[in-house]
Amino acid sequence: MSGLLQELTEKALAKNVPLSVQLDLTYRCNERCVHCYLDHDDHGEMTTAEIKHLLDEMAEAGVFVLSLSGGEIFLRKDLLEILEYARFQRQFCVKLKTNAIMIREREAARLREIGVESIQISIYSHRHEVHDGITLVPGSLQRSITAAKFLKSQGLRVIFANVLMVQNAHDYQGVRALAEELGIESTLDPTVTPMMDGNRSVLSLGADQATLRGVFRDQGLVGDVDEFCAIPAPGDENSLAALPCSAGHTTCYVSPYGDVFPCVQFPLPTGNVRNQKFLDIWRHSDKMNEVRAIRLKDLTTCTSCTHVTSCTRCPGLAFMEGNMRGPSSQDCEKSFVRTGVPSANMLAKKRAVANLVQIGPLPNSPSTSAAALA
Amino acid sequence: MTKLYMARNPRAAARSLDGEMMIMSGRDSTLFTLNKTATILWQSADGATPLDEIVEKKICTEFDVEPTEALADAETLARELASHEILQISEAPITTQNPAAGEKR
Repeated sequence: MSGLLQELTEKALAKNVPLSVQLDLTYRCNERCVHCYLDHDDHGEMTTAEIKHLLDEMAEAGVFVLSLSGGEIFLRKDLLEILEYARFQRQFCVKLKTNAIMIREREAARLREIGVESIQISIYSHRHEVHDGITLVPGSLQRSITAAKFLKSQGLRVIFANVLMVQNAHDYQGVRALAEELGIESTLDPTVTPMMDGNRSVLSLGADQATLRGVFRDQGLVGDVDEFCAIPAPGDENSLAALPCSAGHTTCYVSPYGDVFPCVQFPLPTGNVRNQKFLDIWRHSDKMNEVRAIRLKDLTTCTSCTHVTSCTRCPGLAFMEGNMRGPSSQDCEKSFVRTGVPSANMLAKKRAVANLVQIGPLPNSPSTSAAALA
Repeated sequence: MTKLYMARNPRAAARSLDGEMMIMSGRDSTLFTLNKTATILWQSADGATPLDEIVEKKICTEFDVEPTEALADAETLARELASHEILQISEAPITTQNPAAGEKR
């Protein structure tokens, strides 16, 4: 983060301003990615008028960076109208997240005229069979790459966003090389998110520890490997007073149905903009204020963990595990793989397993075994 | 003396954060914050009001500054903001070209 951006973020934090918001315009999608956490049916998306009204309220609240995502945003027939309103009437810094398969030369030219800050395109592999096998749309990689070239030719900033999974575990370097060849930035996210309805079955698609270990020791991705993988110093009073993340502090998320959450990965409903003003939800929602009140020192288990100040712990993932103040197992695993030091959560679970006592087979069912906590 | 007119560049992103103007350049996404004088220029840049009038009515009344010197400084600042594609400047009134008026898909 640049010095100025850091300074502005701190000011926004002090003034309780939602500097950055992700607004999903639709959950409908023309791809069916195997790891996606969304229900793609339309349960009553906000209308164009409702979205413009929301943009008015968000501008008034001080939102500067507006990330428009989905679902696939180009499935909204009013997308360009929304973009034009956001840029020319309300002067947002607009970022887009898309699979780009509906973007052709004409759309790319319009995005340049409208002046979006960046377009993030989901690319899971440089190999057609792998990428298309994840999106379940034949030809999708080719169409996304073609779109990326159109956008690049317009001088727009394009970012390839990759999610590390079992299916593409060996392809992240290929995606990065493809991006470099096209003059495009790339990111790699090692997190598979549980479905918004709480279904955690997609987590089985997450990359294994060996893959993560390779990623965390890839200098091209992490920079100084020794520094990145160093065992962190224990938290002190000052560091434990820090915020767990920016969710609910300077950022939040709004669904296509108007529900406001602390983050796209933190499905704690805090209000709905169809019933309340955006700023009232931001400032006065009990749930939002509960999230906002949490400091590292308030976390259960994590406060005593070696990794507490350096962990990527996501409060939203912790919430989906059952406790927004608890650990996020996925992040525990990442901290362990990164440093070789198990987290406090992992050690506690190990102790619990060690305390299991085998009970002998029941007389009438010799094959039955049971276990109980000691 | 030649008049100078200013309009906000529609490609810039802008928001006031507790009275401080944040601007992102439409050219290269560089982030700026504007000082008080630059904020007055941005807020007054309607394409129709000449710079000397803005200086006289809004800058000289706000700051204890000699008008000729203030105008020279304001012109330098306006040209700098234009170089970052934050403002558009012209010696004739500017009718804002809204790129949104282009062809719809």
